[in-house]
Parts: sequence; structure tokens; C-alpha cells
Amino acid sequence: MRGAIDHNLQGIEAECGGCLSCATCHVYVDERFLPLLEPASADELELLTGVAAERRPQSRLSCQIPMTAALDGLTVHMPERQS
Amino acid sequence: MAHGLVIVGGSYAAVQAAASARQGGYQEPIRILSEDRHPPYQRPPLSKAFLTDAGDASVPLRADTFYAEQRITLELGTRVEGIDRGSKHVVTADGVRLRYDKLILATGARPRTMNVDGSALEGVCLLRSLDDARSIKRRLADVQSVAVVGGGFIGLEVAASCAKLGKKVTVIEALPRLMSRALPPMLADWFANQHRAHGADLRLGIGVAAFRGTGGNVHSVGLSGGTEIPAQLVVVGIGVVPNEELAKGAGLSCANGVLVDTFGRSSDPDIFALGDCSRHPSRYSDTPLRLESVQNAMDQGRAAGATIAGKETPYDTIPWFWSDQYDLKLQMSGLSAGHDAHAVRGSLDEGRFSVFYFRADRVIGVDSVNRPAEHLLARKLVAGRSALSPVQAADASFDLKALAG
Repeated sequence: MRGAIDHNLQGIEAECGGCLSCATCHVYVDERFLPLLEPASADELELLTGVAAERRPQSRLSCQIPMTAALDGLTVHMPERQS
Repeated sequence: MAHGLVIVGGSYAAVQAAASARQGGYQEPIRILSEDRHPPYQRPPLSKAFLTDAGDASVPLRADTFYAEQRITLELGTRVEGIDRGSKHVVTADGVRLRYDKLILATGARPRTMNVDGSALEGVCLLRSLDDARSIKRRLADVQSVAVVGGGFIGLEVAASCAKLGKKVTVIEALPRLMSRALPPMLADWFANQHRAHGADLRLGIGVAAFRGTGGNVHSVGLSGGTEIPAQLVVVGIGVVPNEELAKGAGLSCANGVLVDTFGRSSDPDIFALGDCSRHPSRYSDTPLRLESVQNAMDQGRAAGATIAGKETPYDTIPWFWSDQYDLKLQMSGLSAGHDAHAVRGSLDEGRFSVFYFRADRVIGVDSVNRPAEHLLARKLVAGRSALSPVQAADASFDLKALAG
């Protein structure tokens, strides 16, 4: 999420700035990277029920994916809409 | 030559308006003049994690590279003292005159101060800026007892943070209940019990007569009834005053906030006012609203930025707010003032519930505690003026998601 905000990319709205209040930083994480991520918390899973676009098994809120060296090259796909 | 957009203020509304103007294709120069000496940072953590966690680094609103990449000039430690509307200039405290084509005032608000005896003692603190928070954090390390004056969001967040750090905390609130501007009595009482359960001493419905100290440092708070509350640190959180002097001085219409239209434009169409300092018309209120929230600053910034870039975009988002106290995530959507009925969904005892507020058979606001998904649904329901009855709202098997669509 921070990567998108810092580069003023459209498609990640991140209304709440990453405090788990909005579900507008929804992404589909590329299959190759899914096993490398920490699992979603209960709050994130609850918010994912409220995403605007289709929820898929690869759905995550990007504010809950801290970047690490292991995630270098992380590929995510954008949902059709965030709100 | 184009003079571009000048933005006075350096927080959420300022940065978002600049970003949205660029996203909308605005090509002229953008200059942010901020009185704060730190690059724009997140304010909500200052009363929470910043106080309890190690380190005293701020969380930046945007990476350092953002401003150069977006061709936004950030001038820190710059105070603007006047606006010359005739020649379209702002004048800084250093006497520098800067020409603008469009001007945004995002000057925010400042904490209301106490004027009782001892208000100037060391250790009597306000909390708005990063420097304020650093000063409180530095003092916190050496004190056992903290008094918080004001039982609103800021005060209670600070109280929760101090309790978490093992401090003895007293909250002093002049009104009979906590957060009474935002919450109805039933929810205020529930939160009061949570604070008591965490060890906070709540003194409600009582004023502060004086702060007392030795050697220039505060050591206690004298209540109006004569009681002395020992405290080596006092945090005052009794509301804010909009910074509208610049606008007033320039002859713009103000009424406890710079009056703006739905696009954020003041009575001068080339001057916008956004965020805490401004008052806008809203379909959620019979009278123009001045909101003190991140959501308001961000969404008004988005609308004004797009409008300045040439795509007129009204600000029409449902107001929402949040406050984290202990492990309680309070999320509020809509404005519940003036409700004639309410319903509770979920369990007060388990600390996971939402309170729905109704007026004339429509849901007008919802306060959720540790129910983030319900908060999201609530925003849709309130914005859509959904026909929801209190009985349906209280029924856990009633499908809110289907109703929200």
C-alpha cells in the first residue's frame, strides 16, 4: 500500500491510510508469492468480506503486507474497483 | 507564466489535494507552505502507538521521494501571514510574496488552551503536532501519575496509552459523560466502564480550578470542588479552534470555519479551504459541517484537487471517524445527533457490537466497536439512507450485506 501511495498510483485508494478501517487497498496477490506472505489477521479477513470488487482466494488488503527482502519482485493484480 | 497552486498547511488535506491535482493531470507548479518543521506525517498515531512504542520517529504521510517525483515543492517552517487577493499573492512571515493562480487554505485547527492558574507550568501539555507528542513522550518516561483534562477522543486515547505504560491515570471531564459531543449516553457509559476496568480514575462533571507546581513544574491538578489530583504530567485535550485568521484577514466568509461550497471553494472562487479549518454543506446535516477528521481532510482534498485539475468533483462522502482505546476499535459512520431510536447488534459484554441510530425510520449513524466489517456496511447503509428497522438491525440473522447491496 505504501508503495502505491508514495508513487501516487491510481487504483489503490487506501482511504484510511492503513489502519484497517476501509478495505480500499484490495489487491490480488500473484499465486507465486502467496505462500511467502504472513496469513491475514481476523480483522483483515473480516474486512475482506467488504471489498467492492470480487473477493478471490488471492485477495489481500495491501496495507497488511509489510515488504521484506523475501518479497522482492512481489506481483499483485488490481481489482476492477475499490469502492 | 503560470504561477500554479499554492497550498498553505502541510497535513492530510494539503498533501492529498496536491496528489489529487497531479492525478487529475494538473501540470502547473504546486507549492506546499507548511508551518511545521517536519515533513507531513500521520497524526492519529501520536496519541497511541507513538506514545507506547519504542522510538520517536514519525510515520510520514508520503515517502520523501514523493514530492520530487510529483513535482510538488515542500517548504517547511514557513508561516503565511497574509493574503493579497487583489494581486493574488500570499505573504510569508519572512516577507516573501508568492503569486498564485489557485490557493488552498489547509491551515487546520489548534488545541484550545486552559486559562486557569498554573496553565503555563512545565508539564501541562497540549497534543497536536509531532513536537507536542515528543515533548509528552519525553516527560512520560519520568512520571508515575498523569492527569488528562478532557474526556474526548484525544484525551481518552492518551489516557489509554498511559494506562498501558503502567501510569496512574486520572481523566477530568467537565461534562457528566465522556465523548458527549460524539457518543450517546449509553455508549459513553460503556466506554467509561472500560476505562475504569483498565485502572483509570474518571472525574466526571467537574472542572479544573488550577494547576499547581513547584519550581515551575506541575505536581497536581486542583479540581473545582477542592480535591487535589497528583500529576507530574497533564495533557489537556479540550477541543480545537479552527485556524481561520488568515481567511478572515483576507475578507473571506467565515463562521467558526472558512465557509466553502461542495467543491471546497470559499467566497473567493480562486481560494479553497479544506479540512479542519473549513465548513462545508453536507446532505448529512441541516447546517454546514466543520469536521475534525482524517476522512474529511482526505476526501475534501481529493475533491478539491480534482476540481483544480479541471474536473469539478463534489465532496459528498459520508463522514466517518475512528478512535482506538486499549484493544477497542471504535468506528463511527454518519452523524447520530438527533436520533429518535437506537438498536444494538452484537454483544456489549464481549466488546464486539454496533449501535445503530435512527431518525424517522431511517438509519442515520452507526458506531461499531471491534466490528470493522459491520462499520463498512454501515457506511453504505447510512449513505444509501437504507430502510432498516431497529428490530432488523438488532437481529444478528438479518442480512445487512444484502440490504447494503
